[in-house]
Amino acid sequence: MNNELLRYIASRFAQLMLIVFVAVSINFIIPRLLPGDPVQTALARLQSTGGAQNLDIQAISASYRARYGLDAPLWQQYINYWSDLFTLDLGVSFANFPEQVSTMIGNALPWSVGLLTLATLIAFVTGSLLGARLAWPRSGPVIKSVVPLMMILTSIPFYLLAIILVYLFAVVLKWLPPAGGVDTTRIMRLDWATTEDVLRHALLPCLAIVLGNIGFWALGMRSQMVSVLGEDYITFAEAKGLHPRRIFIWYGMRNALLAQVTALALSLGSVVSGAVLVEVIFNYPGLGSLLYVAIRGQDYFVIQGVVLMLIVSLAVLLFIVDLLYPLLDPRIRR
Amino acid sequence: MATRTSSDPVLVVDKLSVHYQTSKGPAKAVNEVSFSLRPGERLGLIGESGSGKTTMGTALMRLTRPPGRIVSGSIMLDGRDLMTLSAGELREARLRDIALIPQGAMSALNPVMRLEEQMIDAIIAHRPGMRRAELVARVVELLRNVGLAPEVARRYPHELSGGMKQRAAMAIATSLSPKVIIADEPTSALDVVVQRQVMQTLGRLQDGLGAAVVLIGHDMGLIAQFADTVGVMYAGRLVEIGPVRQMIKSPKHPYTKLLVDSLPGIEVKQALTGIPGLPPPLVDLPPGCSFNPRCPFAFDRCRRETPLLLDAGPDQFAACHLYPEHSTLPPIPARVYQEALP
Repeated sequence: MNNELLRYIASRFAQLMLIVFVAVSINFIIPRLLPGDPVQTALARLQSTGGAQNLDIQAISASYRARYGLDAPLWQQYINYWSDLFTLDLGVSFANFPEQVSTMIGNALPWSVGLLTLATLIAFVTGSLLGARLAWPRSGPVIKSVVPLMMILTSIPFYLLAIILVYLFAVVLKWLPPAGGVDTTRIMRLDWATTEDVLRHALLPCLAIVLGNIGFWALGMRSQMVSVLGEDYITFAEAKGLHPRRIFIWYGMRNALLAQVTALALSLGSVVSGAVLVEVIFNYPGLGSLLYVAIRGQDYFVIQGVVLMLIVSLAVLLFIVDLLYPLLDPRIRR
Repeated sequence: MATRTSSDPVLVVDKLSVHYQTSKGPAKAVNEVSFSLRPGERLGLIGESGSGKTTMGTALMRLTRPPGRIVSGSIMLDGRDLMTLSAGELREARLRDIALIPQGAMSALNPVMRLEEQMIDAIIAHRPGMRRAELVARVVELLRNVGLAPEVARRYPHELSGGMKQRAAMAIATSLSPKVIIADEPTSALDVVVQRQVMQTLGRLQDGLGAAVVLIGHDMGLIAQFADTVGVMYAGRLVEIGPVRQMIKSPKHPYTKLLVDSLPGIEVKQALTGIPGLPPPLVDLPPGCSFNPRCPFAFDRCRRETPLLLDAGPDQFAACHLYPEHSTLPPIPARVYQEALP
């Protein structure tokens, strides 16, 4: 049994490593397949605005190429790329020269991780609980009337929901700040005022993500729960004279949750990419906004760095879900 | 064969009716069924698919779920009417007084819980004060009673074979020594060898507990071997009930007779016969006796009047208008068997 579990973890870890390797390689190759290179593009723009001489351009270009290692053969670049990754060197931003991309990502990451983890967990937990109650025959009509609301919520894209929320709570009611991660004048310290400020700013984006996802989890859980409640082991549990609450949680939800966790693993990708949009709308200082600004400014190294970060974090999240799964379902431990 | 004790009945079912709500009106899956059971008695309920056997079994536990509903009748268990119990009292009565071995016990166990936890779950729901060590000891004892090794307790259902799961379900059903056990096709989906072992185990358990058993099934051979009394269900009604030997030797209801005749014999090799026609839809039963469209003896009264379950011999009751005028069933015309041939 224990051996099986170890082998399972090892195989999932190998899978994680493979995903990261492929993702990193693709991330290296794709930009190089594009015609031209970042140096050329940057210089062309410079040339069109200023009146620089052709000869100078050549010299500048060559020096830039050498500086970024773009004059080396492709395989050499590939090896350099890997060794840079291991020293967490993701290059330098064009737009905010000479700031390190790794520093920029390091600054943005906590905001995204905090917001996303919190919002997804809240949406998943409350959505699943609500969905389970929706399927439970003993639930009252009040709970059951939530179904249409859930359907409406799932059908509205959540960036739209975000705009509505901003309008309502920030523009009309003025209860919450419309954008940003923290008050611009605040000096970040570990005290209650800062925490409160951060939470106040996070509330609206968090709400947008939660509302946008909760219907998905609730409806998914409801259909799972309906099919689980039709199983023979539920009837047998009733025949054992168990309390309905025990049947609901340990025989019903416990089994319906298995498919929910699978759905969570499958939807992590869209959760992450959807959150990018929410961050942009709320001008939240996370990876999403960073990516958006970088794309607009054609800041290649930043784009590359953020995309890499997204892929790796997705792979790690999937790995975590994979590790959780055998804890939930004993039939998977092999 | 267990000897009958002539004490008061432990279970008295009176005019129990269960209907399923459908768009075409109520489907009368169980229609005014009455019978009683003495302690230690083994009743076999037999009938074809859709005759209401399983609906009956779940109704006896008051486990009927919508769209099904118990519309009338009473279930007196040891002097208490299950129909009048509150939800809490009913929960206490389940497993302690009346236990179910479900149909398809293969899927009756929660796939994500160890067997031990599922057994403890059942016991502790009725004995909240029991200590963990006592519970574990009880689990081992229960498993031994059904012929399973103690280490099986630590396994998950997917690590058990079909026969083991069936035994585990029996161990759970008998964990509080109930007075009545309802076994709903406990051996379906098992091969013949395992079937026999499981039935022996059930018989042994029952002898040990002195519980009454309602065995539901469609396998006449299996039921005849196990039961003392056989009840035959047709289209939601109990059409005949009586001692097993007598029922096979001289069935009184034409349906029972045709059912017994359709059993393949080992000595005489003959074409398998069936019963011509199909059972009626439960939402649209024919007036009078439900069997009249298929019955070789049907006469006018059968199409008008629903027969009651009346005396048709010593200890034998049949719901047929042939009785009590006749003392035995007239011979079935040969053409009936011919019609049934494919």
